[in-house]
Amino acid sequence: MSRVLGRIFVASLARRRLATALSLFAIALGVALGLAVQIIHGAALDEFGRGMRLLSGEADLQVAGSRDGFDDALYGRLAMRDEVADASPVVELEVRLPGHDRSLRIFGIDALRVAHVHPALMPQVAEAPRDGAVLAALQPDALFLSPAAQAELGVSAGDRLDVLAATRIVSLRVAGAVPGAGQGRALAVMDIAAVQQLFGRSDRITRIDLRLKPGVDVAAARNALAAGLPAGVEVLTPRAAEELAAGLSRAYRVNLTMLAAIALVTGGFLVFSTQFLAVARRRQEFAFLRALGLDRGALMRGLLVEGAVIGLAGGLLGIALGHGFAAVAFDIAGGDLGAGYFSGVTPALRFDLPASGTYLLLGVLAGLAGAWLPAREARRMLPARALKSGDEASMFRFRPHPRRAAVCLGSAAVLCLLPPLGGVPVFGYIAVALILVGAVLVLPMLVRGVTRVASRPRRALWRLANARLAAAPGQGVVAGAGVVASVALAVAMAIMVASFRDSVDRWLTTVLPADLYVSASPQGTSGFLDPAALERIAALSGVSRTMPVRFDTLRLDDRHLPVSLIARPLDGGRLLPLVGLSTPPPAGERPAWVSEAMADLFALGAGDRLVLPLGGNPVAFRVAGVWRDYARQQGAVAIELADYRAATGDLVANDVSVFLAEGASFDTVAAAVRDVLGENTVRIASPGEIRARSLAIFDRTFLVTYAMEAVAVLIGLFGVSTSFAVLAIARRKEFGMLRHLGMTRREVGRLITLEGVLTAAAGTALGLVAGTAVAFVLIEVVNRQSFHWSMDPHVPFGGLLAFAGIVIALAGLAARVSGYQAMRGSAVLAVREDW
Amino acid sequence: MGWRRIWRALAFAVCGALAMPAAKAGPEYPPVLPGTVLRFPADGGAHPDFRTEWWYVTGWITDERGVERGFQVTFFRVRTGIGEDNPSRFAPRQLVLAHAAIADPAAGRLLHAERSERALDPLAGAAAGETRVWIRDWQLAWTQDHYRSRVDAGSFAFDLRFDPSGPPVLNGDNGFSQKAADPKHASHYYSRPQLAVSGSLRVDGATVPVTGRAWLDHEWSSELLPEGARGWDWIGINLHDGGSLMAFRMRDERGGALWSAGTLRPAGGETRALSSGQVAFAPQRRWRSPRTGAEYAVEWLIDIDGRRLELRPLMDDQELDSRRSTGAVYWEGAVRLFESGREIGRGYLEMTGYAERLRM
Repeated sequence: MSRVLGRIFVASLARRRLATALSLFAIALGVALGLAVQIIHGAALDEFGRGMRLLSGEADLQVAGSRDGFDDALYGRLAMRDEVADASPVVELEVRLPGHDRSLRIFGIDALRVAHVHPALMPQVAEAPRDGAVLAALQPDALFLSPAAQAELGVSAGDRLDVLAATRIVSLRVAGAVPGAGQGRALAVMDIAAVQQLFGRSDRITRIDLRLKPGVDVAAARNALAAGLPAGVEVLTPRAAEELAAGLSRAYRVNLTMLAAIALVTGGFLVFSTQFLAVARRRQEFAFLRALGLDRGALMRGLLVEGAVIGLAGGLLGIALGHGFAAVAFDIAGGDLGAGYFSGVTPALRFDLPASGTYLLLGVLAGLAGAWLPAREARRMLPARALKSGDEASMFRFRPHPRRAAVCLGSAAVLCLLPPLGGVPVFGYIAVALILVGAVLVLPMLVRGVTRVASRPRRALWRLANARLAAAPGQGVVAGAGVVASVALAVAMAIMVASFRDSVDRWLTTVLPADLYVSASPQGTSGFLDPAALERIAALSGVSRTMPVRFDTLRLDDRHLPVSLIARPLDGGRLLPLVGLSTPPPAGERPAWVSEAMADLFALGAGDRLVLPLGGNPVAFRVAGVWRDYARQQGAVAIELADYRAATGDLVANDVSVFLAEGASFDTVAAAVRDVLGENTVRIASPGEIRARSLAIFDRTFLVTYAMEAVAVLIGLFGVSTSFAVLAIARRKEFGMLRHLGMTRREVGRLITLEGVLTAAAGTALGLVAGTAVAFVLIEVVNRQSFHWSMDPHVPFGGLLAFAGIVIALAGLAARVSGYQAMRGSAVLAVREDW
Repeated sequence: MGWRRIWRALAFAVCGALAMPAAKAGPEYPPVLPGTVLRFPADGGAHPDFRTEWWYVTGWITDERGVERGFQVTFFRVRTGIGEDNPSRFAPRQLVLAHAAIADPAAGRLLHAERSERALDPLAGAAAGETRVWIRDWQLAWTQDHYRSRVDAGSFAFDLRFDPSGPPVLNGDNGFSQKAADPKHASHYYSRPQLAVSGSLRVDGATVPVTGRAWLDHEWSSELLPEGARGWDWIGINLHDGGSLMAFRMRDERGGALWSAGTLRPAGGETRALSSGQVAFAPQRRWRSPRTGAEYAVEWLIDIDGRRLELRPLMDDQELDSRRSTGAVYWEGAVRLFESGREIGRGYLEMTGYAERLRM
C-alpha cells in the first residue's frame, strides 16, 4: 500500500508542481501567521504578567484606586489591621523627561518597607557613603533606575536626570540601581515622600500592597478590608489585576487570530480546488486502478494522504516561517503588534512547542479537509463508467442548494443578534463564516442566472461560453468560489477600514474644536498646569478663551479596569461627539456623559444614575448621553469641569485648549505660552498636528490587520488562477475538438478568456454583496463587541469598483494564460485521447 | 548603650551633610549642654530635635524551670535631616529602628530580629512627654509606675513588665555624659537599673512565664563620637546587693582607650560618677566568631576605682551579625560580674568596632 501510495498519489503532487506549491504555500502562510500571532502575544502576555507579578511582588492583596490615587491616611489604617503582616505604600506615576521623547515610570516607595513586600523594587545605593544605605535611599533628590532605564536613557549612577514636575524642570541625582526590576523593564524608584512633594501629590498614594499574616484567608480578609474603604478604592488580588489587564487585549488578540484562521481556511480551500480538479483529470486513471483491483477505501485514503502531505509540508514550512515572523516582529516592535497593548514589553523569542504542534495539526487538517470532498467523489465513482472519456463532467454537475444557502444566511443574521462570549464576539465570527459559506452556495444559482442573461447575444463565441457554463456550472463554481471568498474578504475589510477611518476623522474634528492645545501630560503622564499657569495662559494676548481639561481614572468596581475621567467644559454635551441625543438631567442633578465602551461594559444608558468616586466621596450623576470614543477601550466618562472642581476642590488641569482671538497667529501664541511656562515643559500642538498624529497611530494599529487581510486575499487570488489553470488542462480534449471544428487558437483563447471573465464577474458580484454583508457584521457586531465603538458605514465605491475590475481582468488573464498552455499540444492528439 | 548601630546612621548623616551644597545643609541639631536638668517622666519621652536617641533594655530572665537567658530590646530614634520641609506624612524626618535578641544557652547563639520604619502615626513613632516608642506591634512604653515591652519576631517573642526599684540614675554630671576630651561629644544619659522583670517569653514555640532583673538606658545626643574612635566597650550590671555599675571606654584605631567613664551606685548609697582615670578595661580570654572572623574578648578584667572585677559571659557566641540587613556586626550579651571569685552581679556587655575591617 505504501509504495502504491507513494507512486500513484503523492508522486502526482510532484507532477502538478505549481498547483501543489501554491496550496502548500497558502497553508504555510496561514500556519505561519497564526503561529506568529500566537507566539508574539503569548510571549508578550507572559512578559506583561511577569512584569505585573514582579511589581506586585509577594503581595496577597493590592489596594488600588484611580490614577491620581487616594488619601494616604488609609495606609496607616490598613497597615495596622490584624490580618496584615506587612504593608507597602506606592505612589506610581509616569513622568515626562524634558528632551526625551519617552516618559519614565517612577515608583515612590518606602525603602524601609519595600523589601518585605516587593523586593524587586528595592533600590540599591551605588557607592554608598559607607554605612548609610538606608538614608541615601531617602534623600529627596535620589533616583534609582532599573538597568533597562539606565541603558535606554544613557545615564548611570552619579549622573543627573531632568524630570518634569508640573511645569517645572527638576534635576534628580541617579543614586543607584533597581537590580531586581529585571532586564526588559525601564522604571525608576524614589522615596515616597520625595515623590509626593516633588510631583505635588501630597496626601495621595496610588497603591498599597498588603502581605497577610500566615493562615489568614485571602478572600475573607479581602472582604473585611474592602468594607471600610473610601469610594473608588478597591481591594484586588494581584492575579485578578493581571487578568483584568490581560482581558483588555483579549478581543484584539482573538481578532488577529481569526484573521490568521481565515488565511488558513483559504489555504484549505485552495487544496480543495486543486485536488478537486486533479481528481477530475485523473478520473480515468483511478477507474483503471479500480479495475485493476484497488479498492474504494484505498483510493480515498490515497487521496486524503495527498491532502495531508500538502498540509504537513505546509505546516512545517509555516512553523519555520511563523517563528521567523515573530523574530522579526520582536526585533522591530518588541511584543506589540501596533495596537499599543504591549508597548514597552520586550519579550524574547523561544520555540513554542504546544502552539507549533497545534498549528501543524491545523495545517494537516486544512489539507485533509480540502481533500475530503474530492476523495469522497472519487470513492463514489463507478469504474466502468468512469473509464469512458467525459465522465468527469458528472463531477461538475453541482446542484444548487437554495435551502442550505438560505439556512446559512438566515443563521448568520440570527447570530448577529447574540451578545459576545467573555468579551469575544464569537457569534459574530461564526456569522462571517456562514455568510461566506452561504455566498458560495448561492454561486451555482447565480452562475446559472448569468448564463441565461448572457445567452441573448448571437455571436458564436458567447453562445459557446454560455453553453459550456450552463452544461458544467460546477467548473464555474470551483473557480468562482475562490473569487467570491477573496473578494468578499477584501471588500469587507475595505468597507470596515474606510468606515472606521472616516468615523475617526470626523470624531477628531468634533473632539478638537480649539485652535491650539497645551498639554502638560501627554500619554497619561503626571504633569499638570496649576491655576496660576492656567490664568497666565488665559491672559495672553491673542487668546480669546481657554478650556482646561482634567484627566483621571476612576475605579468603579473590582471587576472592571478603571475608566477614564474627563472633566472639562462640555456645554451641556454639545462639545462631545454624541451618539444620539443628549437628554439633560432633571434640575439640580449633575450630568455625566459616558462613552460607548462604558455604556456597554457597565450597562448604562441615558437617564441612568451613575455614582462616581470623586475625591474619595461618592458623587451622584445622571447619565445625560452616550458619546463616541475611539481612544479609551476600557470606558470613559465626561463631566463638566465645574462639577469636578466643586466635588474635589482640585483646580489643576492636565491640558488646556486655547481658542485664538480674531487675527491671532498660532505661532505667536504658542511662543507666548512657551515663554510663560518655560521651554520643554509642555507640548503645544495644533488640531491638525494632533489629527495627523492620531490617524498615523490609527494606521499603525491596523497595519498588521491590513497585512494579514492582504495575505488572505492574495491566497484567494492564487486559488482563482490555479483553478483556471487546472480547468484548462482538464479541457484539452474539448479545445482539440473546437480546433477541429475550425476555430483558431486565438478564438479558443478568446473563448477561454470570456468564460473566465463571466465566471469571475459572477463571483465578484457575489463577493461584493457578501463582502458588504460581512462588513456590516464586522462594524456592527465584531467591532462593537470587541472594542465597544460604533462607526458610520462608509462605502468606498470607487476603490471597490476598481478592485472588482482588476479581479475580473486578472481572472480573464489567468484563464487565457492557462488556456494557451493547454493548447500547446497537437489538436489531433488531444482529441484522440477520447478513443 | 547601643551606639554602634546608631553610628552607622550617624556616619551617613554626616557624610550626607558634607556632600550636600551649603544651601541644603542639614538642620540645626541642638547641642548637649552641661547643667541641663532632667525631669521625669517628661525626659523619658523622645527629644526629637536631637539627632539620635535610644532606649535600651537588657537583662537576665529565668523561667519556671530555672533556665536562665539574656534578652535585649532597643529602640532608636534618628532625626535624619531629610524632608524637614516636606508636608508629606511619609517625610522621613524621623526614623525609628528596633533590635531585639534573646541569648539562649540552649541555642548556643543569639536569636535576634530587627525593624526599621520612618516615624508615621500610627505605625511607628517615638512620643514626647513620657516613654513610648513603637514599631507596629513592637513597643516599649511607660505607664504610671512601670515599663512594658512587647516584641514578636516570629521565632521568638516576649511581653515583659519592668518595675523600677528606685529613681533614675543620672550618669556623668547629672545626666551630662561626656564621651571625649572635647565636651561637645556628649549625651544626655540616664539609666534605670534594678528593674524587676515579670512576663512571658516564647522560644521554640513554647510560651513560658519569666522573672528577672533588667536595666534600661536612655540617651540622646547630637554629636556623640569623637574623631578617631573606632569602637567602644560598655557594661551595665545590676549588683546582687541592690547597687548598679555602668562603665564604658571609647577605643582608638589601635585598641587603646580614648576616654572612659562610669557610674557606680552602691546599695543605699550616693551615686558616684567615675572619671576616666577610675575606669580600666583589660581583655582576657578571646573568642573568634566563625561567621565573621571577628575576635572579641569575652572575658575581661575591669578596674573600677581600684576594685578588680572579672567579667564572664553567659555563653561565648553572643555576636549579632546583621550584615544582610543593617550591616552591623557587634557582640552584645549577657555577662556575670565576679569579685574575688564570687558572683556580685549580672548584666550586659557590649563590644563594637571589632569586625569593621571584615566588612565587604
